[in-house]
Amino acid sequence: MDFEKLHREESGRILATLIRLLGDFDLAEEMLQEAYAVALQKWPVEGTPANPRAWLISTARHKAIDRLRRGRRFKRKGEEIAKTAEVAVGPESDREEEMLSDDRLRLIFTCCHPSLPMEARVALTLRTVCGITTEEISRAFLVPVATMAQRLVRAKGKIREAGIPYRVPSQEELRDRLDGVLLVVYLIFNEGYLASTGDALVRRELCAEAIRLGRVVCALLPNQAEAQALLGLMLLHDSRRDARVSPGGDLVLLDEQDRSLWHQGQIEEGTKLVETALRHGEAGVYALQAAIAALHANAKAAKDTDWPQIAALYDALLRTHASPVIEVNRAVAVAMARSLEQGLVLLDELEQREELEEFHLLPAARANLLRRLGRMPEAAEAYQRALTLATNDIERRFLRRRLAEIEYLGEAPD
Amino acid sequence: MQYLMLIYHSEAGFEKTSESDRAAIYQEYGQLREELSAKGKFVGGNQLLPTTVATMVRVREGKRVVTDGPFAETKEQLGGYFLVNADDLDEAIAIAARIPSARNGTIEVRPIAVRGKAVQA
Repeated sequence: MDFEKLHREESGRILATLIRLLGDFDLAEEMLQEAYAVALQKWPVEGTPANPRAWLISTARHKAIDRLRRGRRFKRKGEEIAKTAEVAVGPESDREEEMLSDDRLRLIFTCCHPSLPMEARVALTLRTVCGITTEEISRAFLVPVATMAQRLVRAKGKIREAGIPYRVPSQEELRDRLDGVLLVVYLIFNEGYLASTGDALVRRELCAEAIRLGRVVCALLPNQAEAQALLGLMLLHDSRRDARVSPGGDLVLLDEQDRSLWHQGQIEEGTKLVETALRHGEAGVYALQAAIAALHANAKAAKDTDWPQIAALYDALLRTHASPVIEVNRAVAVAMARSLEQGLVLLDELEQREELEEFHLLPAARANLLRRLGRMPEAAEAYQRALTLATNDIERRFLRRRLAEIEYLGEAPD
Repeated sequence: MQYLMLIYHSEAGFEKTSESDRAAIYQEYGQLREELSAKGKFVGGNQLLPTTVATMVRVREGKRVVTDGPFAETKEQLGGYFLVNADDLDEAIAIAARIPSARNGTIEVRPIAVRGKAVQA
């Protein structure tokens, strides 16, 4: 019996069911820990039960009943739970599987409820749905453990006191609420994928958890185009994980990556998901981004990239979901699809905008185009500007390297 | 559970609303009230007169300080409230979303505190 594995893979599902049965997050968590402690003692001696999951649920529930009966104030509650105690845990069956899945979906929607602050949604989802420890989450988000623990306590308190239900939203609410869930999943992924600081292993784990969550949502709510698109998008980005940072820890840009390091299985799966999503739904924000990622991922070499198509997709994104990142990326796509000069004109226009003044990717993109155009002094200036704005260590190292190359070239005789 | 729905709207904006538009809004409020009452969800609710007729009362060091106001810098003012029964926050949110002022103002949904409450069922 691989106890670690059971803990990792099943905790979220078991906890979800316990929360439904006990109606209380903290009690469920505490009782599950106690049940694990009993299992650690008993299983090596008595053997692992046929259905470890059901055993843990049943043990945790009985512990909860004992606990509640001991406290007088909770007596009635204890009786209520005791009444349901006999019903639920039978042998492993399709019915049980279905019930656990429903519980898990409920838990996801509760943790991602829009009335919780965004950072609490992310933390609570990682803690309860994914079963990641508070210590690990605080390390991933570079927040002191006490702060993260406090955040979780407040969120659970709000769920209890504000009456946030433990339920899959009704059909008419589902669309909006699912968007909220997908955003939490995407934020978890991005934290792992983009963050520069913090423990690399933990961050890798965040990407894996986000993909796992994406799979759970797709499995539990089939035919939701945006959920499939998001899973596809994450798989396509993640497929490049071994190529985008050099062994020395340096950032490697897309066009310079060793494409043989890309994970083909993930690219194929991601591409299929994008195609399905685009066939079934109107192209949402994840579908459009995933389509762009798929075009990059399926180009055999950087020069084979279908830039005109990518530029068109950025145009579509810009119409519905304008953001500084999309503006800059669109300009770069235009530069590659048509001409470097045209891209540069677009970036120069963006530089006039006040809200983009502090955005480091803008001068970085300009610098890159200027460098390709051979306008080295201007490129050096733009790299300098990007360096003063960038906060990410890996990015800063990359910008410094580029700057050094230019200055070296600048000094070299023709 | 009981939830208080604090209805915030722009007094300035409401003043500019035409008579016929106001009548339509009041009618909509009335319908929602009736519908909630029929389901036993409506506990109470009122429109408030504007902040220009409000009075602020404080007692400091035993002394009563009465002023006009409030002089909030905010764009929206408290204009009324509903007190409703709802099974959970999602039901409360669904009701709040149907309050006519939600379309141009903001509804703040607050659970009513219950003293001596044990574990939430």
